[in-house]
Amino acid sequence: MKLFGFARKPRRARSAETAKDRLQILLAHERSGAGRGGEADYLPMLQRDIVEAIRKYVSIGETDVEVRMERGEQMSSLEINVELPAQVGSKAG
Amino acid sequence: MTVDLKEKPALGRVIVITSGKGGVGKTTSAAAISAGLAKQGHRTVVIDFDVGLRNLDMTMGCERRVVFDFINVIQGDARLKQALIRDKRLENLSILPTSQTRDKDALTKEGVEKVLDELKQEFDYIICDSPAGIEHGAQMAMYFADEAVVVTNPEVSSVRDSDRVLGLLSSQTKRAESEGADAVKAQVLLTRHDPARVESGEMMNVEDVLEILAVPLLGVIPESQAILRASNIGTPVVLDQPSAASRAYEDAVRRLTGEEVEMRIAGERRPGLFHRLFGRAS
Repeated sequence: MKLFGFARKPRRARSAETAKDRLQILLAHERSGAGRGGEADYLPMLQRDIVEAIRKYVSIGETDVEVRMERGEQMSSLEINVELPAQVGSKAG
Repeated sequence: MTVDLKEKPALGRVIVITSGKGGVGKTTSAAAISAGLAKQGHRTVVIDFDVGLRNLDMTMGCERRVVFDFINVIQGDARLKQALIRDKRLENLSILPTSQTRDKDALTKEGVEKVLDELKQEFDYIICDSPAGIEHGAQMAMYFADEAVVVTNPEVSSVRDSDRVLGLLSSQTKRAESEGADAVKAQVLLTRHDPARVESGEMMNVEDVLEILAVPLLGVIPESQAILRASNIGTPVVLDQPSAASRAYEDAVRRLTGEEVEMRIAGERRPGLFHRLFGRAS
């Protein structure tokens, strides 16, 4: 009985550990936000501002700016893709 | 790839996963069913309607990739395409997360309808993960449904709440309010079923529950360690290593798409009777 219990333990512990890690990363971000979980609330505004700034120089549509986020433990990355019209050039990232 | 999409118009079927009672396995089931449908090749999107208590993202394992949400789309702050998160395991599966900060009143009937109409153009199945309760959020999740999966535990308060929800599905939905429309097709998904406790008479069996609720059975999901593991690692149970629970969900998914799959329930003494009474094959 004990042997079986022992053999099974590490496998179970691994998924519990994953759960704890995921929660710690997520909650650290949610708690650091202005409101509860308010961290990403500025993104729609950021996106609007980027579109406006680019429009001063190049004519782009509202759908041409894409914002993506990948949250990590040490740092998060914000990826902004801007698709420019064909006459100006190809794509900028 | 775009040619494929044009050749085959999207089915656009809206299915709500609901229960009334909390903690019975709605989000687990929404994740498993949507992943199961996508695994079978159907273009599938799963939407979190639990505004303020976002959890579908964690169950699906995409919590770090949320940028825009359902409420941003309804309020016009982001376009639907931007808010949809493409699953990293299955390319035909997308997740529409909800807002963690807004109030559930941000879900307007008009806004929800607009988003669903847009999704119907591109997806075969639109799975709506309802919040617990029967308040506004739950009502919005069920209002536009074509079908409902009522997640129920073989336990008195869960069965009672499921009965209440079945009543709402037949009165407080668009289909119920539209004259001449077919009713919302409701089916019960029995979860946390423990054959040993059924056998010892401690737990109501499948027949007992179906006799009370009097709706067809979509499937029986056994109580399983695989469920907690899947939730821990952020993987829908049907995409994790095979288990009794994943097989039961896969069978349920096949029934949902209209296939006839024999009901396999470990430990039930007379698996044929409820089938004869309520099964779709009869």
